[in-house]
Amino acid sequence: MSDVFQIAGKTYNSRLLVGTGKYKDFDETRRAIDASGAEIVTVAIRRVNIGQNANEPSLLDYLPPSEFTYLPNTAGCYSADDAIRTLRLARELLDDHKLVKLEVLGDPNTLYPNVRETLKAAEVLVKEGFDVMVYTSDDPIVARELEQIGCCAIMPLASLIGSGMGILNPWNLRLIIEQSKVPVLVDAGVGTASDATVGMELGCDGVLMNTAIAAAKDPVRMAYAMKLAVEAGREAFLAGRMPKKLYSADPSSPLFGMISSK
Amino acid sequence: MIQLSINGEAKAFAAPLTVSELIQVLELTGKRVAIERNGEIVPRSTHAATQLVDGDVLEMVVAVGGG
Repeated sequence: MSDVFQIAGKTYNSRLLVGTGKYKDFDETRRAIDASGAEIVTVAIRRVNIGQNANEPSLLDYLPPSEFTYLPNTAGCYSADDAIRTLRLARELLDDHKLVKLEVLGDPNTLYPNVRETLKAAEVLVKEGFDVMVYTSDDPIVARELEQIGCCAIMPLASLIGSGMGILNPWNLRLIIEQSKVPVLVDAGVGTASDATVGMELGCDGVLMNTAIAAAKDPVRMAYAMKLAVEAGREAFLAGRMPKKLYSADPSSPLFGMISSK
Repeated sequence: MIQLSINGEAKAFAAPLTVSELIQVLELTGKRVAIERNGEIVPRSTHAATQLVDGDVLEMVVAVGGG
């Protein structure tokens, strides 16, 4: 059964996208990502530590760009300008790579997105030829504007970044899913496998997470759980769940042929 | 002598140098690094030809783990 997941014209098998931060070491990062089955991995762009041992291993040694689709992000950027500069550097760094994750934050405590700056940055980046997957609030009007600008995926938060609070507003996610013609991915807030499943059952095209895996007691095992959870949620969505029946039961076994029937 | 700002830190160099030479001096040869000079990207293909001048502001970045 074909169930194609496409982002910016490229087809992927896995609907789980994972971050590469907060792991104990690169080895654990690699093992967790392998267990997750993810093909798209987010990376951050940061200043080189000048004077640091040049032979120190780098993330790219453990996750070769030939094996994974990199999704450079703008985590930590608080203005459209910083986000745009960061992604221009990312494009240069990764050999004219165009698929990026835009996020512009508005507050250091909640890491809530600043949608005004996000919209501004999205306009510039789309014009410059970037394929922009955009982290945003779960406001359907903002989501629609980002799609109209030309973002290739809309990624509303389920709850605050790194909070593990799960999907707090399924209704808004549904509104965004129903109106969007580009993929919608839950980005941020997933805490455990059932959260990912719920997101997929709502009709999300994918889920992006980092902390839920990296901060689990056993990250590699949680990565595998997330793979199964995303697949289960997707299959359930495609299968179409039974309608909920309020206030009445419906037996699963035959009503006839009971012993001591008359 | 020229003075450059590299990743927010002032660094002095005895003689003018190109971006390629700077990469060598900083022992970053062969590393995957992207460079911005005064707000503009310096493409890898132009590193050898790009002469740095006193007061240039450089950002040099790599990919690191992140979500």
